[in-house]
Amino acid sequence: MSDVKYTNDHEWIKMEGDTAWVGITTYARHALGDLVFLELPEVGREVTKGDDFAVVESVKAASEIYTPVTGEIVEVNEALADNLDDLKEDIDTGWIVKIKISNDNEAEGLMDKEAYDSFVEGLD
Amino acid sequence: MSEYDLKQTPLHGAHLALKAKMAAFAGYDMPIQYEGVLAEHNWCRDHAALFDVSHMGQITFQGEGIIEFLEKLTPSSYGSLVDGACKYSVLMNEEGGMIDDLIITRVSDDHFKMVVNGACKDKDVAWFEQHLPEGIMMVRHEDRALLALQGPCAETVLNDVLGIDTAHLNYMNYMQAGEIDVFRLGYTGEDGFELSFPEAQATDIWNKLLAHDEVKPVGLAARDSLRLEMGYPLYGHDIDATTSPIEVGSRWIMGKLQNKTFIGSKRVLDEIENGAKRQRIGFELIDRGVAREGAEIFDASGETQVGVITSGTFSPTLQKAIGMAYIDSQYASDLGTEVIVRVRGRDLKAKITGLPFMEAQTKKNFKKAA
Repeated sequence: MSDVKYTNDHEWIKMEGDTAWVGITTYARHALGDLVFLELPEVGREVTKGDDFAVVESVKAASEIYTPVTGEIVEVNEALADNLDDLKEDIDTGWIVKIKISNDNEAEGLMDKEAYDSFVEGLD
Repeated sequence: MSEYDLKQTPLHGAHLALKAKMAAFAGYDMPIQYEGVLAEHNWCRDHAALFDVSHMGQITFQGEGIIEFLEKLTPSSYGSLVDGACKYSVLMNEEGGMIDDLIITRVSDDHFKMVVNGACKDKDVAWFEQHLPEGIMMVRHEDRALLALQGPCAETVLNDVLGIDTAHLNYMNYMQAGEIDVFRLGYTGEDGFELSFPEAQATDIWNKLLAHDEVKPVGLAARDSLRLEMGYPLYGHDIDATTSPIEVGSRWIMGKLQNKTFIGSKRVLDEIENGAKRQRIGFELIDRGVAREGAEIFDASGETQVGVITSGTFSPTLQKAIGMAYIDSQYASDLGTEVIVRVRGRDLKAKITGLPFMEAQTKKNFKKAA
């Protein structure tokens, strides 16, 4: 997953042309604990970098998921809502939304795998 | 409050050693979860869960006139309570709201024990001091640990590990086993016990109980989902200084209403006579999602707000989203009424239910101990 980038908020994104696939990292998944519900956004919603676009609920609490890029949500992974175990760092099944980005530069400032791993190490 | 200001229970080090997720609760650094809230919740329903609840307040009263004192501060009556029986009640304020809820145990007519909420214990003690008549001695036991052992295996575990035979101890009753006070009650709806003993023994007793195959440590997160399934109110959330026992649905703590002169009785007696404006109810979501404290409830049209949620979660046992709320009494009478819950701007269908959400498994079906 060398072309996958990571945020401080533990989202991952993978660029495919002008479309970003967005999900959450294994670290985030672990920190969230037992998930019971995923609230997905509507297709067509415009989001700005830093907006929350989805919410995961555990028994304890609701946690927001933030978009690392600005653009329009062009697809949501409905299958995830029924298979919360798939919500992880897996490009094929773990993506939450695909966002058609309107600003190419935003993804460039994000961490690569190596940088993210050392960032996470520093947290524990 | 910074973590340096937080108090610690005698088992703080034991929680860290178990790598518990810790957080501030009632001014203490407390274990929220160990292996995970779902596993812990289910373990309590199927085996035996061990909770450290040493943050709670333990108070003893001794002397003449305690019954009169308690009947002034709470809406219950204690004259017919037998020695060794425990009673749930609430501390009332002048406005008919609640200062706290608590368990009162009658050791004898001149000796009562009390367990109160950790977050309320300072103000409770101040309230007691303000009303305490001459001749009653109040002792606060900050030097005692309190453990809750809850679940269908609790009785066996207590016998296996500590040699305490509770076969004849009824639900909501108390016995003394050496230095350990044993109360057969809890906050989970399961059979189980709360154990009070000198803090010097805390680590030893905690470790011995945990060594039993049927016992796992369970944190405050699962304690919350367990009590929610039982419809037990949580002070500061479902009940507070503004809620009356009638609104809460706790009319039962007043029994036959022998006590009508308690603090705050004017509002309470009026609500018994004329009904309260709002009522605590249970709800379950029909649509998918989870609705938590603070979410507003609307009538089925989604236009008129009729209430607000005070607690909500996803029930691990029932596998659906449940919660408690206050709603206008006119909407509270018909179970099954559909309402709308607004969660982050989304309208979710819900229906009003009774409480609790599931039947308690507490041991209450056999005669009182001789």
